[in-house]
Amino acid sequence: MDYSQFLVMKQEICLLVLFLLVFLNDTFLPRKAQSGIGLITCILFAVFTLGGFCPAMMPDGVAVAFSGMYETSPVIFAIKNILNIGVFIVLIQSLRWNSSEKQTMRRGEFYELLLITLFGMYLMISARHFLLFIIGLETASLPLAAMVAFDKHRYESHEAAVKYILTAVFSSAVIMMGLSFVYGMTGSLYFSGISGSIAIGNAPIVPLVIALAFVIAGMGFKLSLVPFHLWTGDVYQGAPTSVTSYLSVISKGSAAFAFLVILWQVFGSVYADAWEWMLYALIVLTITIGNLFAIRQRNMKRFLAFSSVSQAGYIMLGIIAYNAMGMAALMYYILVYIFSNLAAFGVIGAIENKTGKVSMDDYNGLYKTNPRLAVTMMLAMFSLAGIPPFAGFFSKFFIFTSAINQGSVAIYVLVLIALINTIVSLYYYLLVVKAMFIKTEEECTIATFRSALSERVGMWICLAGILGLGIVSFFYDSLLTISGC
Amino acid sequence: MEATIPVLILAIPLFMFLFLGLLGKFMSHKWAGILGTAGMGVTLILAYFTAFTYFFSGSSEFISEAGQRLQYLVFNVDWLQFTDNLVIRLGFLLDPISAMMLVVITTISFMVHLYSNGYMRDHHGVWETGFQRFYAFLSLFSFSMLGLVVATNIFQMYIFWELVGASSYLLIGFYYTKPSAVSASKKAFIVTRFADLGFLIGILVLSFYTGTFNFTDLTSVAVAGAENVYSVSANTAEGVFNIFQNEAAAGFMGCSVMTWALVLIFMGGMGKSAMMPLHIWLPDAMEGPTPVSALIHAATMVVAGVYLVARLFPLFIINADHGGAALEVVTWVGAITALYAAMVACAQIDIKRVLAFSTISQIAFMMVSLGVATTGEAGHHGLGYMASMFHLFTHAMFKALLFLGAGALIHAIGSNDYTEMHGLRKYMPVTHITFLIGCLAIAGIIPFSGFFSKDEILSSCLGNSTVVYIWMSLVAGLTAFYMFRLYYLIFWWKEHKVREGHHAPHDQPWTMTLPLIILAAISVVAGFIPFGNLVSWNGEPYDFMAHFDWSVAAVSLAIAIIAIVIATVMYRKENPLPAKLKNAMPALWRWAHHRFYWDELYYFITHKIIFNGICRPIAWFDRHIIDGTMDSFASMTQKASFAIRGLQSGNIQMYVWVYLIGALLLGGITAVILLV
Repeated sequence: MDYSQFLVMKQEICLLVLFLLVFLNDTFLPRKAQSGIGLITCILFAVFTLGGFCPAMMPDGVAVAFSGMYETSPVIFAIKNILNIGVFIVLIQSLRWNSSEKQTMRRGEFYELLLITLFGMYLMISARHFLLFIIGLETASLPLAAMVAFDKHRYESHEAAVKYILTAVFSSAVIMMGLSFVYGMTGSLYFSGISGSIAIGNAPIVPLVIALAFVIAGMGFKLSLVPFHLWTGDVYQGAPTSVTSYLSVISKGSAAFAFLVILWQVFGSVYADAWEWMLYALIVLTITIGNLFAIRQRNMKRFLAFSSVSQAGYIMLGIIAYNAMGMAALMYYILVYIFSNLAAFGVIGAIENKTGKVSMDDYNGLYKTNPRLAVTMMLAMFSLAGIPPFAGFFSKFFIFTSAINQGSVAIYVLVLIALINTIVSLYYYLLVVKAMFIKTEEECTIATFRSALSERVGMWICLAGILGLGIVSFFYDSLLTISGC
Repeated sequence: MEATIPVLILAIPLFMFLFLGLLGKFMSHKWAGILGTAGMGVTLILAYFTAFTYFFSGSSEFISEAGQRLQYLVFNVDWLQFTDNLVIRLGFLLDPISAMMLVVITTISFMVHLYSNGYMRDHHGVWETGFQRFYAFLSLFSFSMLGLVVATNIFQMYIFWELVGASSYLLIGFYYTKPSAVSASKKAFIVTRFADLGFLIGILVLSFYTGTFNFTDLTSVAVAGAENVYSVSANTAEGVFNIFQNEAAAGFMGCSVMTWALVLIFMGGMGKSAMMPLHIWLPDAMEGPTPVSALIHAATMVVAGVYLVARLFPLFIINADHGGAALEVVTWVGAITALYAAMVACAQIDIKRVLAFSTISQIAFMMVSLGVATTGEAGHHGLGYMASMFHLFTHAMFKALLFLGAGALIHAIGSNDYTEMHGLRKYMPVTHITFLIGCLAIAGIIPFSGFFSKDEILSSCLGNSTVVYIWMSLVAGLTAFYMFRLYYLIFWWKEHKVREGHHAPHDQPWTMTLPLIILAAISVVAGFIPFGNLVSWNGEPYDFMAHFDWSVAAVSLAIAIIAIVIATVMYRKENPLPAKLKNAMPALWRWAHHRFYWDELYYFITHKIIFNGICRPIAWFDRHIIDGTMDSFASMTQKASFAIRGLQSGNIQMYVWVYLIGALLLGGITAVILLV
């Protein structure tokens, strides 16, 4: 065996080393010395993230390992970098929550679980063989249930974890069912092998469609596409806020990338003729129903859960293009989505940590007591709704452009529906802004406070992203270049 | 010529605007004033240097072997390139009129900057609030106006044209807590903006047919004459030539395309220069601080319309040669406005309103002069053009003088009303003498500057048509009458008894009197400038003394003196004569006092006809149809959201059930569709 192929997996290996350092620290150091574990993890992860941007790390072109089961390339590298940025912000924002008294006994576990799920996501994205993919998927899913249950003294946290793990297991069963169909028809689990086999007509169309539907359903669980989304609301609401934000951006983002790769490389060859409408139907359902539920929510975390359901529909618009331009638009969208959503979760987390309040009614008149938090929240909402000149506008614009480039009438209708839905989404995003800025008759129940340094750093990074990404226009061009357009 | 100095002429006022506008808050009032004035002073020196170089250096860049002054492009950069042909450039054009305007603008602007240091505080030396803002806006205006006059193409001119409009709006509304100032600024902006709509359409028509925005392309063809047009050898020249050739062919509603284009462009000029019927904004614009009135609404911005016509004058001439009516429109709009404004000026009480109508009337003189400049005996060709520019120059000086004098009076008395003044000559001797010089200049008394310029305008009118000549002579007589009526009512008539001791009106500080003295001196001597050698329509020296018509001069002088004598008899001492005259012609007086009810007419048209006929139906449609549709969308969304709420039951068994059904349906339906 040629051990040098491990060198292709630089990012995975670095992440594993990082994980081991945290793990050893947690396990063998005395309790007293562990209070700084969060900070240490953040610093180590910051170094790791920055290291990902140094040119020496970057692969020159496509590189494979383990006879093609694992693949890396500049695009995949960039995707992982984007995820790293998000994870770094989540880590910073979780610092304060995780350093509280009741977390003493299990402080380190949070970071270990989080890092290992990230490792699973890396594998999902890099996998070119379904076995490796399933391993990655499971590694990314199961520890998350433990994270959801992290507030173990809270009843909702338990409920959320149970719901999450049941749905996750069920969706794994469905996706493996689908893959076994595929294996039975094509005799291969390599992406390239399957697509080659489909191309020469080895697979009968009906079982293949059923298999694809099952794969979509399995990925739909991770992306929370309607109708596979029902767990989202309950889990997002019940989980600790840091875990919710991790679920909503990192877990979803990595699933989106993996999904795009699968569609592109495995089913792409016959995709356009036969199965377009499956995704169309899912997108329309996801955006619309996500929006309709988001309108009704009064709990901020639940509200953002349904907002993230409808955002998943927009993400799917980038996936539907399944080409280099779609990839660039998707990367840009996910990055902006990371900044915007994490800014919102940062504010929610800061307020929850201080006062324990998560209802939208508590936010009435927030501008008077905590103007900075209110403005941050407002910018996040504007960006999520896609109001220029914030980054969210450009990300929506690029994703629509990449979809429109497909050029069929059905796509135009789809984009039109998506555009109409942005108006609905504008309504509920502005509800939050209205609560904070306009409903000032009564005294705000959230007293003026100063958020912790770590929380502020996280929010500043997010704000810089929201305000800066739209202006730095060449950034999208460089993404286009990376994805080979 | 190096581009450095011309660039600085534009850059310094722009910088001062940004500097005072952004950082003004952090500096004291005094320093803001000093810095603003100093910045303008440097600009003044640079502009004088540029104009002097242009006129007197004799360099072959500026003047040909034969002694013809040339148009010189100091620089002209591509700013927006849309296609190969459609390029919008920004540049700096030096020719006789732009060089002259540089001098006029910087001189008046500097005087106003200096003067405002004294004017913009009260008697106890307390500065007006927003003093820094005032200086910032003054700088913005100066920048815009300088950019306008040096524009190399009509689009650049349009950009700066709007900028002066905007800065005028800002300055009229300077006292934004006063409702009258706010509505006056809105009125000025809307009326001129409406006129600019015509200007824009005119620009588009003209450039569509000629294929160029550039003044040099547009006018050089015309100046060179049609036969040697191809020697200009620019692609665009062919387009320009075509529009002249097709003069008769292409047409719309009985007039050629070119006539339409020029009349529409002139409409923009009418708005800015307050020609009838778009004059209604200028009297109200007097709500702004008086130095602003002197700078913008007397000397510089309001002559932009005249400048525009002068800039495109070769096109107007070609148009007239081909039988187009554009210049006649200019003439008669000017003539009617001149008479109207002069009549209204006789019946106003507010001294700034008198000066405002006097300004309208005098600008109309310049317009008429341009309008009559073409035809007539061969030797007179171009006299009107030169006279118009000359009058623009002299008028800028003496009207700024009069306005600044009025400002000094208002500052001392605290009112715009002459009934509050009367008999001020002993208290404010400097203001008195300088104001008198201004009145003599505008009345056209030899040897003050107004005499020369006005006399040339009248000679030019005579060369064109006797009717116009008699008409304009009458207006000149009225001018002398209402100016001296104003003069006597302010400085003579009767003594107010109460003015004694500390509160007695007195001459203002040196920052205010010095500009008065300088401008008065210019008004005395400016008539002797050999203006024809410097400015003429085709750049060749024009010796107007050779054409000087002593009979015209004698007649106009006689008219002016008679008018002054009448004014002296009626207003020097308190007497019942004016009241008697007023009672003898009550209708005329009332109509003139109410400016012939133009404002009421506009009010009727906008509020009764346009509001009721157009705006209300549109508003109804907006509220009921458009909003109704949107509201129903919203309520439908809410209902749908309510209807599906049961899906999210919280029951995990059901979640999995929906999940499975969803996956099966997705695959099943697709499979069925594909099989069928």
